[in-house]
Amino acid sequence: MSKLRQTPSQTVGPFFAYALTPEQYGYDFASIADGALVEGDVPGQRIRIEGRVLDGNGDVVPDAMIEIWQADEQGRYAHPADPRGSNVGFKGFGRMGTGTDPEQRFIFDTIKPGSVDGAQAPHINVIVFMRGLLLHAYTRMYFSDEAAANARDPVLASVPAERRHTLIALKDEASAGAVYRLDIHMQGPNETVFFDV
Amino acid sequence: MSESYAPRDWSSQPPYLHPDYKSTVLRAPTKPLIPIRQSLSEITGPVYGQDRLGALDADLTRNAVKGAEPIGERIIVTGRVLDENGRPQPNMLIEIWQANAAGRYVHVVDQHAAPLDPNFLGGGRCVTDGEGRYTFTTIKPGAYPWGNHDNAWRPAHIHFSLFGPSLSTRLVTQMYFPGDPLLAFDPIYMGTPADCRELLISRFMLEHTQPLFALGYEFDFVLRGRHQTPVE
Ligand SMILES: [Fe+2]
Repeated sequence: MSKLRQTPSQTVGPFFAYALTPEQYGYDFASIADGALVEGDVPGQRIRIEGRVLDGNGDVVPDAMIEIWQADEQGRYAHPADPRGSNVGFKGFGRMGTGTDPEQRFIFDTIKPGSVDGAQAPHINVIVFMRGLLLHAYTRMYFSDEAAANARDPVLASVPAERRHTLIALKDEASAGAVYRLDIHMQGPNETVFFDV
Repeated sequence: MSESYAPRDWSSQPPYLHPDYKSTVLRAPTKPLIPIRQSLSEITGPVYGQDRLGALDADLTRNAVKGAEPIGERIIVTGRVLDENGRPQPNMLIEIWQANAAGRYVHVVDQHAAPLDPNFLGGGRCVTDGEGRYTFTTIKPGAYPWGNHDNAWRPAHIHFSLFGPSLSTRLVTQMYFPGDPLLAFDPIYMGTPADCRELLISRFMLEHTQPLFALGYEFDFVLRGRHQTPVE
């Protein structure tokens, strides 16, 4: 049977906010997701993930949209394809534009995910959208305080060693809570690793 | 892994770097993408059902009214979400956003000197039914100027966002209207491979047109499908 052609992607453009991230930007329309992933007493270590998106000049991108998708504390996804499922009320999806923070950061308050399948290190799946990207870009965030697990991770192992640091969020030892930082570089010497998912 | 998705068909997708669209120059990744072997992280994805939607979310002619009807030509936009194997995709969230009839976005950064419509937001969403079908009622968006090059105008379009069944099926795209003379001058549309551009143009359908109310347009989406042969 011949396959249908996949619908081409087009850029998210600069004006997504009132539909995709309306509450964050102050529009009178309900958001389906935002930067706060934890509701109620979901088990797991509370963490914050923050960063900026930078273009090829090193300038901060103020009109990007970042989506994250992650497992719960036990590494379970709230999706029917995960045979274990997540039964703790943790959806695992967040979405933020970079246009409201004074420093144009994305900021997610979430829990630290567990290892998904025993083999992969704890990680967060990231999708980057912005004006100027005709097709979204997939990347991942790992955690700097999971060095042993990161060393065994098959996806990190597939990345040239000198580029792995672009995927590892650094824990801020100075802050009171657990804060991890990772900037996304679209280009330049520290260009983030993007995946063909 | 018992389940995975067919690869992205790069021959149907625009490149990251398309210099005619100037914003790609400093924002397109320059290094080759690194292939990833699909795991639970890629074959799962956010699930949203009807329960997360407001009653008027799919009707943009009514979901933001402040006492009067929005100005412009009412249209019905309907179609199906399929995978590349032709399988309908039920219970899939679709989000849309668009300019108003004058070509103006509600977004505060939109500086186009065309009027806002106090009764029109331009945002909507719905979930596909059991046959993968969706329907929006809205106002036909206007063309609008932008700063890409001298006398640059975007053809009329509606932005669409779909998750599909997994992270790997994520799709953000734009739907255009048949016969729009601006299409040939639009670097975003023209960035798509020539033999796939038609896939972005809706079809006028008299059968979806509601007498005395709104013109009907049809637009289908094709997402990546499951691998049909089991992988090791
Ligand atoms: Fe647009």
